Amino acid sequence: MLEQLQTLGRVGLRFCTDLGRSAVFLGRVLTRAPRFTKSFPLLIQQLYSVGVLSWLIILLSALFIGLVVGLQGYNTLDKFGASQQLGQLVALSVVRELGPVVTALLFAGRAGSALTAEIGLMKATEQLDSMEMMGVDPLWRIIWPRFWAGFIAMPILALIFSALAIFGGYLIGVEWLGVDAGAFWGNMQSSVDFYDDVLNGVLKSIVFGFVVTWIAVFQGYDTVPTAEGIGRATTRTVVYSSLAVLGLDFVLTAIMMGGW
Amino acid sequence: MRERTVESIVGVFMLAGILALLLLALKVSGLSASLSGKNYSITADFDNVGSLKPRAPVTIAGVHVGQVASIHLDPTTFRAVITMQIDSDENKLPNDSSASIFTQGLLGANYISLTPGFNQVFLKNGDQIQNTRPALILENLIGQLLFSIKSSSGSDKNSTSN
Repeated sequence: MLEQLQTLGRVGLRFCTDLGRSAVFLGRVLTRAPRFTKSFPLLIQQLYSVGVLSWLIILLSALFIGLVVGLQGYNTLDKFGASQQLGQLVALSVVRELGPVVTALLFAGRAGSALTAEIGLMKATEQLDSMEMMGVDPLWRIIWPRFWAGFIAMPILALIFSALAIFGGYLIGVEWLGVDAGAFWGNMQSSVDFYDDVLNGVLKSIVFGFVVTWIAVFQGYDTVPTAEGIGRATTRTVVYSSLAVLGLDFVLTAIMMGGW
Repeated sequence: MRERTVESIVGVFMLAGILALLLLALKVSGLSASLSGKNYSITADFDNVGSLKPRAPVTIAGVHVGQVASIHLDPTTFRAVITMQIDSDENKLPNDSSASIFTQGLLGANYISLTPGFNQVFLKNGDQIQNTRPALILENLIGQLLFSIKSSSGSDKNSTSN
């Protein structure tokens, strides 16, 4: 009994320590002032590997999710004779929920794990230490561009995802199932609000991008420098960021809908 | 050369994001309709607007000519005041036109239908449509129907007993 209590306390303490360390780490990364001529190429390089290389998986999943939502929605709406409202259903579910959330989950799996593994391996092979020896700040040289690249790339990927998923819904609804194109777009436009729906979706994706990149970069930087440690850190990145994304999604939706 | 390629690919990526945002803004949320300045607004008082929402379509003979800009309550008369934005192309609306609220299908959204009148004086920006018909509330109709059925069957019973 007492031992279990001890374990509980130890786990709780370790959680608090980890949280605190990651917050300190985040603060140190955010306060690194960019040196424009040098940071900018680094940022571009990372935007390429974090954002552009995730483009294909985002594109394919967006198209398929749009197709599925369109098909499912059509079959249900058709029972009520309301298949004209398909555009509204696809657009709202994609723009508000599926776009930011699914993109963030894919982003955590595709880019987040890669970030963690890369930084973790750098730490395991003592590249970070040798940089420090040479007087190059690894937080600035390695972490800073990766963090901002993830932060910038995630909302863009979510926007592309939303647009493509709606196109997928259009393909299945209008081109294949024969919903009237005018009704599809018209009902969509009359029910989707730019600020309440589109911009809130973008806001969600910005928050998710921030959290996922933070977790990925911190797990990499904080990894135990062994082969096993890197594996664990990568797993933790995906698990933690998926949980964080889903949990935060609920909180953000409650805030946006409840009008706190 | 290699760096150049990476830079331009990242540029294309950013452009694709901006393009997607534009697409979502214009095509999906229909922001363009409320932004284009080429329209004028008219108001109308209704007894009941049902479930009419802002940005619901305004039609003449089924053709889309504008949208509902705002709905609010007149604090003195307790009637709903609706402001509509009509495309400037339709600037020859007679001022005795009437406005009614209809429903698209049985479960569809509400919209406003304008029926042109015959006056030679046209509606201008800020004018009010006097002639309005409120939304049909399905529950009220069912209530009235039930009431009339009940009262007619009640009078039948009375007549047979007499």
